[in-house]
Amino acid sequence: MARRILTALVGAAVMGIGAHAASAATLDDVKAKGFVQCGVNTGLAGFAAPDASGNWSGFDVDYCKAIAAAIFADGTKVKYTPTSAKERFPALQSGEVDVLARNTTWTINRDTALGFNFRPVNYYDGQGFMVRKGLNVKSALELSGAAVCVQTGTTTELNLADYFKSNNLQYNPVVFEKLEEVNAAYDAGRCDVYTTDQSGLYSLRLTLSKPDDHMILPEIISKEPLGPAVRQGDDQWFDIVSWVHYALIQAEEFGVTQANVEEMKKSPNPDVQRFLGVEADSKIGTDLGLTNEWAVNIIKAVGNYGEVFDRNIGAGSPLKIERGLNALWSKGGIQYAPPVR
Amino acid sequence: MAIGVTTTPEKSKPSGSIINDPQVRGIFYQVITVIILVAVVYWIADNTIENLKRANIASGYGFLNGRAGFDVGQSLIAYTSDSTYGRALVVGFFNTLLVAVTGIITATIIGFVVGIGRLSHNWLIAKLSLAYVEVFRNIPPLLVIFFWYSGVLAVLPQPRESAALPLNIFLNNRGIAFPKPVFGDGSQYVFYTFVIAVIASFFVARYARIKQEATGQRFPLLWTVLGLVVGLPLVAFLATGSPITFDVPVAGKFNLTGGSVIGPEFLSLFLALSFYTAAFIAEIVRAGIRGVSKGQTEAAHALGVRPGLTTRLVVVPQAMRIIIPPLTSQYLNLTKNSSLAIAIGYADLVAVGGTILNQTGQAIEVVSIWIIVYLSLSLTTSLLMNWFNARMALVER
Repeated sequence: MARRILTALVGAAVMGIGAHAASAATLDDVKAKGFVQCGVNTGLAGFAAPDASGNWSGFDVDYCKAIAAAIFADGTKVKYTPTSAKERFPALQSGEVDVLARNTTWTINRDTALGFNFRPVNYYDGQGFMVRKGLNVKSALELSGAAVCVQTGTTTELNLADYFKSNNLQYNPVVFEKLEEVNAAYDAGRCDVYTTDQSGLYSLRLTLSKPDDHMILPEIISKEPLGPAVRQGDDQWFDIVSWVHYALIQAEEFGVTQANVEEMKKSPNPDVQRFLGVEADSKIGTDLGLTNEWAVNIIKAVGNYGEVFDRNIGAGSPLKIERGLNALWSKGGIQYAPPVR
Repeated sequence: MAIGVTTTPEKSKPSGSIINDPQVRGIFYQVITVIILVAVVYWIADNTIENLKRANIASGYGFLNGRAGFDVGQSLIAYTSDSTYGRALVVGFFNTLLVAVTGIITATIIGFVVGIGRLSHNWLIAKLSLAYVEVFRNIPPLLVIFFWYSGVLAVLPQPRESAALPLNIFLNNRGIAFPKPVFGDGSQYVFYTFVIAVIASFFVARYARIKQEATGQRFPLLWTVLGLVVGLPLVAFLATGSPITFDVPVAGKFNLTGGSVIGPEFLSLFLALSFYTAAFIAEIVRAGIRGVSKGQTEAAHALGVRPGLTTRLVVVPQAMRIIIPPLTSQYLNLTKNSSLAIAIGYADLVAVGGTILNQTGQAIEVVSIWIIVYLSLSLTTSLLMNWFNARMALVER
């Protein structure tokens, strides 16, 4: 309690005292301190989780690395701030982190009243339910009377209330602040149902004591566009974070990979040449406040969007999540990048 | 004559300038302090408002009227996801109050029993009490909460294999389910007679005291009161044709349905806070009793008063004067420690406020509400205890 209020007060004090910290050009701050301070999840396998020696990896972590690579040509110049669902927004508001890459759903409230900016969606998700197979439940509509474990301060908590209300179902919410606490409570049988974004459910199922005893119900009850968030009022930084995502998508579309990026520089395709900054008199990166090599540096550090996806959450990972909506627009999904021109 | 001389304390006139006048200096320093304080507060407030504007964050308490949109697991008042944020905070406040009040009552009872137990001449009772105090006093309260939540309540059986206790009470890892009384037509008479019985008991107790003071004869007070409070409503209950029935919990698809349930979150918080704080109260009680001069006990014994009565009538009333002030601190501690609820997901003021903070982003406003509520709760507790202390204090003649 004391610590919690203290943190909040320090946050308030930072807002009060650090008069201009939050509004100055973030890119200059980042360059001056030499690393990107990136707000990530406290531990969600596949998205952001530290290994035994404290090295972070995951889908969101790769976005942090990509941003660092775009700026410093070095994907390791990142420092991570693990944040709970509740801590993440004050952390970004107060300037404690430069960017929040933490499976955060883009909503109008967060975009406006909370003072953030969202643009690219790096993962199109939706909320689902996980139950024990032994309960013989086949649909979320059969869940009336169940105890539901949910993490507080998430859109999930609100969707849950709305879904059960609109379907006239009763439930008993069991609410925790930290993901680990929700996992432990569900695993211990404190509740019958676990609800969060479906990607999260796949990831969490792996961490349960008997993953095979649990199943994910077919219903998806919400739209959860997840993406990196930045503070309002710094358009340059907002552009950089947005275009890092678009560069990853564009690279996949062009077939530029971590392995062939140097070769692709010699591509006869003028679009690819422009994208990789080898066009004569190119200003493709300098206009962003970066170097013209920025896209090359991103791809060298983490690969293209498809590689990032596969390595962390897709076919090449234990999660084995389908690309689905997150396939390129040309392959049946809705991941699309504006032209690099 | 000597008095005449000393009653005129010479105002030491400043020998030189006004700078050396202690009174002027005193006022000067106080004025400076107030100016600095006001300036700092103004500076922080102004900066905060400026920065909130700069960061495009809406401020003010208007958000309290917005629709909350989330559900709360346990609520003493009517609440749905359609209620306002303000009402959600009230729900949290009552949950805090509930655990604080029940915790204080239980902690006081355990504390007194253990505290007196430590002074017992029975070796086993004294050592058990000592062990209790030393164990609970030396563990952080958060660990005690986890001990109850993860160590005791979580290992109870699943709802489908609930442990059945007598009186249709069931125990499982979702808490304790017990029959809920359903008040039918005519049950109000049972309630009325109960109220009458309580009032009557009060007068009987007065009468008994006056009688004893006048004649020295003792009246069987306990049995009379028990007969009144239990007997009268029972008669009314039977006379009106048993209007109160019980809704018994039965196994449903997921959980037990029907009856009332006390969740494991409340139970573990309540038990942990009670047991933890009781260890401190026990020490306070022991200190209080030790603080009463041994001569008092010996005098009572010399007059032929039995040991039990000596403790109750001679020692404890005097000890209370020593006990009450530190007891107040423990009550305040218990109330404030109840905010550890967040670790186990009990929907207290801090947990609900945290959810609201996250949804609305109104960090400063929510934190200010927390501070004001805890401050008011603590000050009210202090006020009550000070009043009680004044009543119990030694009346000097």
